[in-house]
Order: sequence, then C-alpha cells, then structure tokens
Amino acid sequence: MEQFLEIITKPDNIPIVALLVSVIFFSWLAWTKAAKNDLQDTPDEAKMDDKVQVWPYLVRVEFLMSIAVMAVLVLWSVFLDAPLEEPANRALTPNPSKAPWYFLGLQELLVYFDPWIAGVVLPTLIIVGLMAIPYIDINEKGNGYYTFKERKFAILTFSFGFLILWVALIVLGTFMRGPGWNFFWPWEKWDPHYVGVLTNVDFSEMFGIATRLPDNSLNPVAFIFGALCVIGLYSIIPAYWMMKKNSEFIKKLGLVRYHTIAFLFVSMIGVVIKILLRLGPPVLGLNPVKYVWVTPWFNI
Amino acid sequence: MLTQLRDQFRKTDVYKSIFRHSYQDTQRNRALQIVDNVFLHLHPVRVPRHATNLGYTWGMGGITFLLFIVLTITGVILMFYYRPTAQYAYEDMKYLMNDVPFGPLMRNMHRWAAHAMVLTVMLHMFRVFLTGSYKPPRQFNWVVGVLLLVLTLLLSFSGYLLPWDQLAIWAVTVGTNMARATPLLGHEGPFGPELGLRPDNDVRFVLLGGTEVGPPTLLRFYVGHCIFLPLIAVIFMVVHFWRVRKDGGISGPDTGKKNF
Repeated sequence: MEQFLEIITKPDNIPIVALLVSVIFFSWLAWTKAAKNDLQDTPDEAKMDDKVQVWPYLVRVEFLMSIAVMAVLVLWSVFLDAPLEEPANRALTPNPSKAPWYFLGLQELLVYFDPWIAGVVLPTLIIVGLMAIPYIDINEKGNGYYTFKERKFAILTFSFGFLILWVALIVLGTFMRGPGWNFFWPWEKWDPHYVGVLTNVDFSEMFGIATRLPDNSLNPVAFIFGALCVIGLYSIIPAYWMMKKNSEFIKKLGLVRYHTIAFLFVSMIGVVIKILLRLGPPVLGLNPVKYVWVTPWFNI
Repeated sequence: MLTQLRDQFRKTDVYKSIFRHSYQDTQRNRALQIVDNVFLHLHPVRVPRHATNLGYTWGMGGITFLLFIVLTITGVILMFYYRPTAQYAYEDMKYLMNDVPFGPLMRNMHRWAAHAMVLTVMLHMFRVFLTGSYKPPRQFNWVVGVLLLVLTLLLSFSGYLLPWDQLAIWAVTVGTNMARATPLLGHEGPFGPELGLRPDNDVRFVLLGGTEVGPPTLLRFYVGHCIFLPLIAVIFMVVHFWRVRKDGGISGPDTGKKNF
C-alpha cells in the first residue's frame, strides 16, 4: 500500500489522478444535467437562450477562470518539481519502461495484442473513428444540450470507449503494472524478481487444435479455425444488414454509413473480447489466450 | 487636479488614437469593447446566456488555449537555456534547475501545463461529444478538433524526450518502438520484411534519424517540438476558432432564434 501511495503521488502521475477525479466529476455533472433535461420538455439550455453582452458577462468568466488556472499552475509548479532523473543511458533499461501517461492505455493493450495492432492499427482506428463520428451519427436530436434519452447508443458507446478503454486502461497501466509489466494489486509491493508463470495458449488450442504441427509448421486446421473466428466476428456486420436492411433506421443510415459504424463498433467489441480471452480463463483455472489467429505474416 | 490632468490627456490625439471609444457603461460601448479589440473580437458581441454558464461549457476549450499560450511563453524562455545536443542537453537541464533564477519555475510550469493541456483537451472533447455539439453544422470543426488532439499528444510526446534523462529516453523508446511494427512500413510489421524493410530503412528510422533513440533523434524531436508542430497547431487553432464563429457560435439547442 505504501508503494501504491508513492506511485500515485509521483509528480508525473499527478495528471492521471487529476484525470480520474475530473472524469468522474464531469461524468456525474453531465449525467445530472442530462437526467434533468430528459424529464422536462425543454432542456435547461433552451431556457437560457436570451442574449447577454459578451462584455462583461462572458469576458469576466474567462478572466476569472484564467486567474484561477494560473494560480493553480503556479502553486503546482512552486511546490512540485518536474522530474529529472539520471542522464540518458542506453545501457541501463529501467524496469518497467513506460511511455508517457497518456499512451499507457495503448501500452497496456500490448498485453493483449501484437504491437502492430496495439501500437499502430488501433490508434489509427481511434483517430479515424473519432473524425468519422459527425458523419455517421445522423441522429438530429441532442444537438447543443445534455441528454441521454435521445442518444443512448451514441453516448453509451463513446463513454465506454473513453471511460473504460482509454481512462481505465491508463490507470491500470500506470498504477498496477510493475516490473516485467506484471500485474500488482494496490496493496502488493512491486517485486522486481517476481516471475509470473504464464502458459499462454492459442484460442484453437482450447479446443484441442494445436497451432503448430510436430515439425513446427503451421497447422492448416488451426489456421482455418482462427480465420473463421476473426472473419466470423466481422461477418456479423453483413448478416445484421441482411436481417434488418428493410428497417426504417437502416435505410435512413445507408450502406456506407452502416458499414463504417458497424466496422468501428465490432472492432471495439473485438478489443474487449480479446482482453476477456486473456484475463478470463485464469479466473476459471485455464490458460490465458495469446492468439486467436496465427498466420505466417501476422498474428491476431 | 489629477482628474483635470486625466481629462486633458483624454482629449489628446495620442489617447484618441489608441482608445476609440469612451468607457461609459452603454450598450454601444460594450459592443465596441469587443469589436474594436483585435483579441476580443474573436468573440461575437452577444452570446446566448448558456454560453457563459460553466456548467454547460466546462470552460475546457478556453483553458486549453490559455495553457497553450503559457506553454509558448515558458517554452521560449526555456529555449534560451537549452541546447538540443546529446552532449549539452542534460547539463543544461541541471543548470536550469539549479542555477538559473526562476529556472525551475519556468520548467515546472512548462511541464505541468503540458500535462494539464492533454487533460483539458480530452475533457473538452468529452463535453463537446456529450452536448452533441459536433452535429450539423459543426461536423468539420470536430474533425479539426481531433487533429488538434493528435497534435497536442505529439507536442507533449516530442517534448518528453528533451530533458535527455532516463525517463525521457526510455519513454520515447517505448513509444517509438511501436513504429517498427507498422504494417507495410516497419521492419517488424506485417509484410514489412517481405517488402525489404530493415531497421535502417523503415518508418521508425525516419522518425528517429537512426536505429535507436540517439543524438539525431534529440535534434529531430527538438525542431519538431519547438517549430514544426506548434506552427501546424496554430494554423489548425486559427481554423478551429474561426469555424466556431462561422458555424453559428457556441452550440445550443435550436430554439428558432439566430445564434449571432
């Protein structure tokens, strides 16, 4: 526990503590506002649409906020020094080596995925997916006020991505990953000599299909099994389309928009499935899953 | 006596050339206060009342901009004391932290403001999403905002290397190691080796200016951090702010009234 306190009060980790506190606070704030708006005919914001002069009503808010922010920043800087460690030395690798805090969610994903997915494909999908949001969300309601009722799917999906897959993984990666990127509970001490005994298996091996043949070449059955799992997951997309293509909503969405949303959504679910395949089996006394699909060129 | 002097001064050409209107509290002067000021005229003259409500805006966009200004100023000051070479960088940091008057304050402010900015950008985005403010006509400004988020992360990440201590070099090593796994472009990525990529000719090599984080990386990150990335960020910020106005000012529920 002492070590945990030491980690969360490390100067460079203050932003994560601030992130956690502010995200909880603002989620609560937005939730109360949305809940209130959802119970009344006109949202609170619409009742405040009378015009006020920017000078002084807006400028004074900005001025006071600026002073507050500067005061906090100066106090923070007076009392807490930015870290400066030993000079850079390529021969001395710290354990654990961690990226800056805002990338630790992605670094945590390295436990579940190969670097090309965790470090390249997923960040790209996040950025592209974020940019696509305004063009794939054609729900006209909920523009310019807090609401939940009118945009349940959008808000739940985004909040899950931001609060769980981004913020929670950052917290996990920073505070609970010790030497060797091993998991430590807050009350445990980071033991640099701890060797986690991990016997990873591939998903097909849970069903008795060996990934490799005795001569170490790839087992074609396992290859096809893996391909079917991955393709199977994504085939939900056209299947759902075929099932629902005559519904009002899907028609309005159109082919391109539907597939973009479905692809991004299924990919996000895929990340969660892979995390669960890794973390779930040990709870049941089984071996964690390393890969679902092994190919000669890449592994998923 | 002083009042007289002040009144006299206010009649001079010098005063009138600087201050275009009186400061009597009238509707007209309040409007002129905004319109006649190059910085304040970023704002419209009047806004819907919810725009002044921190409960609605959280103030995160404005705070982000303020932090960017703080970072620019402290950053320029830090540049006076810092040489981006492996030989001097760490020594300069020590000098800055121990001997330069207000050196630690400047560096701490730069570091903490940078962390805070990453945080406020995320919260700003969260608020804009929850209020549905990316919906028409503001779709494109959301895209610009995402680019600014990426630029903020890149700025913070490139600055992380500059102290040239253990924390810096290993954090950047971990971060940039991802680049070698890029499909088609990295020597450990899918189809990379098949395309003839090696550690010394892939995308990570371009990023680092070498096969590992070394002196050329420091210079590359320094130039990117101090010149290239801020320049791009400023350009996108200009577009971002301008679009806020052009898309009808701050978002709000459609009540039939014009928002500007």
